[in-house]
Amino acid sequence: MKYVAGVDVGSTQTKAIIIDENKAIVGRALLDMETSMVTVAQDAFRAALDNAGIAEGDVVWVAGTGYGRYKVTFGREQVTEISCHARGAVSLFPTTRTVIDIGGQDTKAIRVGADGKVEDFTMNDKCAAGTGRFLGAASYALEMPLAELGPLAMKSSNPVRITTTCTVFAESEIISHLAKGIPSEDVLMGVHQAIASRCVSLARRVGIEPEVTFTGGVSRNVAMVRLIEELIGMRINVSQDAHFCGALGAALFSHDRMFGAAAQPALAMAEEA
Amino acid sequence: MSTATLQHPAPAAADDFDPRAEGQRLIKEWYAQLETANARNAAVANVFVMGNAVEILRAFDFELVFPEINSLQTGVRKASEEYIRLSEDYGMSPDVCSYVKADVGLILKENEHPAGLIPKASLAVASNMCGTFIKWAEIWERWLKTPTFVLDLPGQRAAGWQVRPGDAQHAADARWVEAQFKELIARCERITGRRFDMDKLAEVEARVNKMVDHWNNVMALNRQCPAPFNAMLDGLTFIGIMNVHRGTEEGVEFMRRLEAHLKAKVGRGEGRVAEERFRLLFSGTPCYVSMRRLVELFETWGGVFAYSDYLTFAAGGMDATELRYDTSRPLESLAEVTALAAQRGLSNQFFAHERLAQQIKDYAVDGVVFHGIKSCRFVSSGMADTREFINRRLEVPTLYIESDLIDPRYWSDAQIKNRVDAFFEALHQRGGGAPLARKTVVA
Repeated sequence: MKYVAGVDVGSTQTKAIIIDENKAIVGRALLDMETSMVTVAQDAFRAALDNAGIAEGDVVWVAGTGYGRYKVTFGREQVTEISCHARGAVSLFPTTRTVIDIGGQDTKAIRVGADGKVEDFTMNDKCAAGTGRFLGAASYALEMPLAELGPLAMKSSNPVRITTTCTVFAESEIISHLAKGIPSEDVLMGVHQAIASRCVSLARRVGIEPEVTFTGGVSRNVAMVRLIEELIGMRINVSQDAHFCGALGAALFSHDRMFGAAAQPALAMAEEA
Repeated sequence: MSTATLQHPAPAAADDFDPRAEGQRLIKEWYAQLETANARNAAVANVFVMGNAVEILRAFDFELVFPEINSLQTGVRKASEEYIRLSEDYGMSPDVCSYVKADVGLILKENEHPAGLIPKASLAVASNMCGTFIKWAEIWERWLKTPTFVLDLPGQRAAGWQVRPGDAQHAADARWVEAQFKELIARCERITGRRFDMDKLAEVEARVNKMVDHWNNVMALNRQCPAPFNAMLDGLTFIGIMNVHRGTEEGVEFMRRLEAHLKAKVGRGEGRVAEERFRLLFSGTPCYVSMRRLVELFETWGGVFAYSDYLTFAAGGMDATELRYDTSRPLESLAEVTALAAQRGLSNQFFAHERLAQQIKDYAVDGVVFHGIKSCRFVSSGMADTREFINRRLEVPTLYIESDLIDPRYWSDAQIKNRVDAFFEALHQRGGGAPLARKTVVA
């Protein structure tokens, strides 16, 4: 059996996925960023190999994605995370027409056609407001692990309004609310609402069409899922593998190269400058 | 997809005219001339690229300073950040137009520009073509005591209605503009101590007409596949000459040789890039500080900017064939053309979708790239509507990127490369980017 892989080098975490000839996921790995993107990409790939119980030589094509895609030095192709998240989301939920991805430093909304191909996309620009980093600021201010933020926010009955658009200032605003004695859950829900509203605003720019699939690390946050659903007025798809969606998309592009139909056009690669 | 509106010229040998080198030489000479203007007691006028009455000023032999071009040149020469920071140190907000801030920085540096010393102006002509022009000119008035003349050019009255040449509204607008020109002429006579020469105005206009004819032909040549030049790189040199040398013999000669050079190039089947895979239209202002890099990001994928609306509005709407002077009645005609050009420029937002739809067709483009900058609301604020129209109604793919005219702090290479790459990946997946054979040149 031959395998292909996708490695998504993001701003805060690196994800690797290995799939087989039948596109079944056989290995996955998720590592926090290190100083060297090249090293963490290699480590994530090796961890995925271990997870799959296969040797490096069994993997015949690797595609890199994410901001650090050119740091996947063992990869044979680079594809942007916009294409990869769309591809991964459509693979997990085939009737997806809108993809919302909230990552560590960027948030993106992608509209895909009935054929599963990208029709339009938009991303946050020049500012990390509305991204996972905003939750990071809350986690730091509250001295609480990221994983606990969503469940605690769900207990809120009177959320505060976070007005700043600056992630750095948000931390001060959070501390200020806490200093006034406002319960942590109400402050946290305010933070979640601020992120969700910015994210949905981005999605509206490309046009929200059902079904909507939520990808990226923040999709594991239950409060964020609920808020986005409330704001757009429809249920959204979230997979157990949503965090790996970019890597999965990259693996599927790798699959096209090795096992795809002859008519499948290969993506031209733009060289890193 | 087929294109081309011109007859396919016969193959011709390569000539020795290098448009970019020649354009740079002319700009360098212009700056060298400006350096000595005050010492020569020459009359100097500050003007903007839109709505500037340059023809009248040339008839009085004013030497022209284009503060917008000074500012963009700080960007091209990678010096803009220093000038912008000087103005911010003085107290200007990061949100203020970076052209204005670079110019304020220039004043704070006592007119020392990377291209040479900029002379003190004896007159500034501003207009309402951009609200910032008026506020900018007020800075010169307050700081430098520069006499200012503000032209009030009638704009668009309402969406869905355009002034047409010869209609009653246009005639009324032209009379209003002509009355202001007469005031400007009187002001110029006082400043220069010379009488206005109508024949000289007609001569300047005749040269502008020749330049506009060549310009229109040059633009049309890029409807050919492959496009002989990149509108957002080579085109920026061309438009620089159109502005700086508007109405001069050098300007006419440059445009004549440029047209001949590009015709020959088209005749030989030579394009801007070795393999033109995608034809694109650029909407908005350039990012002068990183324009070469931006073009490189697109050309790596075989994407060429066949046209840009910047080449229309930043040249005073010169690409419209109706904007031609009747030199038998120079002042009236100048007023008529100025009123019409201003109306076309100021209706940029109301009719952007119609104009772009036509250009998409004319230049056979595969996609439209919007470049929004927060410091220029004039060109950026309507982009959301226009983009929606092009995407949804015309089903032409679009890309929106953000940076700035000349502030390097707004250029984020990784983010922009990511968006450009994703745009081409999507075009490619949707079946675009086939080899050149896909596109037929109509002979």
